[in-house]
Amino acid sequence: MIEARGISKSYGIVQALKGIDFEVGAGEIFGVIGPDGAGKTTLFRILTTLLLADEGQATVDGLDVIRDYRRIRNRIGYMPGRFSLYQDLTVQENLEFFATVFGTTVHENYETIRAIYVQIEPFAKRRAGALSGGMKQKLALCCALVHKPRALFLDEPTTGVDPVSRKEFWDMLGSLKAQGLAIMVSTPYMDEAGLCDRIALIRQGEFLRIDSTAAIVAAFPYGLFAVRGARKYQMLTDLRSLPGIRSCYAFGDSHHVAVPDGSWTAGTLTTALHETGYLDAEVQVITASVEDCFMDLAETVSTS
Amino acid sequence: MSVIIAENLTKRFGHFMAVDQVSFQVEAGEIFGFLGANGAGKTTAMRMLCGLSKPSGGRGKTAGFDIARQPDKVKASIGYMSQKFALYEDLTVRENIRLYAGIYGVKSALIAGRTDELLRELDFLSEKNSLVRKLPLGWKQKLAFSVAVFHEPKVVFLDEPTGGVDPAARRQFWELIYRAADRGITVFVTTHYMDEAEYCNRVSIMVDGRIEALDTPQALKTRYDGATMQDVFHTLARKATRKAE
Repeated sequence: MIEARGISKSYGIVQALKGIDFEVGAGEIFGVIGPDGAGKTTLFRILTTLLLADEGQATVDGLDVIRDYRRIRNRIGYMPGRFSLYQDLTVQENLEFFATVFGTTVHENYETIRAIYVQIEPFAKRRAGALSGGMKQKLALCCALVHKPRALFLDEPTTGVDPVSRKEFWDMLGSLKAQGLAIMVSTPYMDEAGLCDRIALIRQGEFLRIDSTAAIVAAFPYGLFAVRGARKYQMLTDLRSLPGIRSCYAFGDSHHVAVPDGSWTAGTLTTALHETGYLDAEVQVITASVEDCFMDLAETVSTS
Repeated sequence: MSVIIAENLTKRFGHFMAVDQVSFQVEAGEIFGFLGANGAGKTTAMRMLCGLSKPSGGRGKTAGFDIARQPDKVKASIGYMSQKFALYEDLTVRENIRLYAGIYGVKSALIAGRTDELLRELDFLSEKNSLVRKLPLGWKQKLAFSVAVFHEPKVVFLDEPTGGVDPAARRQFWELIYRAADRGITVFVTTHYMDEAEYCNRVSIMVDGRIEALDTPQALKTRYDGATMQDVFHTLARKATRKAE
């Protein structure tokens, strides 16, 4: 449904995208995961025909993003990162406006948006500018869906949104996927990766890896321990100074320590910590999260 | 010693109780996480504690000063940083530090020396004369934090400081927070990253204008039977009946 080959884009001397390749199928949620400034928005703007790539080709629903840009625009829904509805129009007026622009009516495609729209319907007469973050997001999604697109582009829909609203939003994407839409979604939250069918980890204009979350996690090349104890900050520094430690980072209530295979075991690490004076230290073998993988891949790229 | 004291602190907008009789204390050198869903009242409470907004009821003290009667003294004793407002993009690194240090009354004779010391510590001396606009986001945030504590305030307020940065930069940022807390600076921080809640000494969770829970992350996880702070947050925030404005 979405296909990109060798997409590159520079702004002056800054290379925003460096030869991006990927495809997204119908009924698939494809996540583009990476920090601000990695090139996510540039990629979205190229695929939604709002920006021209310097190199490479891309198609959406079989149509070329340059030659067929007008037809593509009728077949895609785009939700940009910044809230871009009319703040002075009501919920209902915004929805009718977008339906009209696409030559349809809210009534005609009501089934597509119904599940989401009922949640904001009580506020139909409220100005969009006066809605909460979570409700603005739902309205924006309705406006992006009102012309029944085949592919949906969501650029950081959950940034700055609290964890409860974020979960609701992902549940909605799940039901849209079931209707056969191709969904491309970007996020800076690594914990949302597991909600996508496949993800691309993006950093400094390059995809570090594209695969399912399970496959990315399985390919983590080091042994990984979670280390818990009081005096967290000192322990972090001391762990890093042990020989043969690949990396050590704070992860919530524990520190994640990556070591090459065959070096440290949970037992030897516990002993070393006890000997350094961390008598309460607990070491546990764990499997990597997407965030562990991202940090490791990022480090590998910047040191090679 | 308590650096922040809130007693029945309340803020009403018309009929809307944005902050509803909130009471808590934050001790010196503590890293205090202030959590809540969008619209729970976090920002309003934080603005009152910074001396930026007058309470409609109750009392509050920050760094020993009454937030209603001595807001200017409160402002002079705190540092503040948010993701939305941090540094001037069109000034260099050195100029930004000079500006903020001057505003907070650091003596001119001290500023230049401490600027170099700070930038050396951050391993950032080579960027002293770079425009802030040209720096990566992670660096801007580390710098913004360092500027907010340059005058060694008693307490620094951080309003969602780490949005959007990559995972490694987010962790480097937290190591700066730990260092500041080690020096005795109290840290009051709001965040949407639940793993960051685990880095705090104590955490409060606001729901519909009230503090629904306040304890160490470990105690909260035990009490609400959650494996992570994410679970605890979901359990509590689901009780919310009002929506964010």
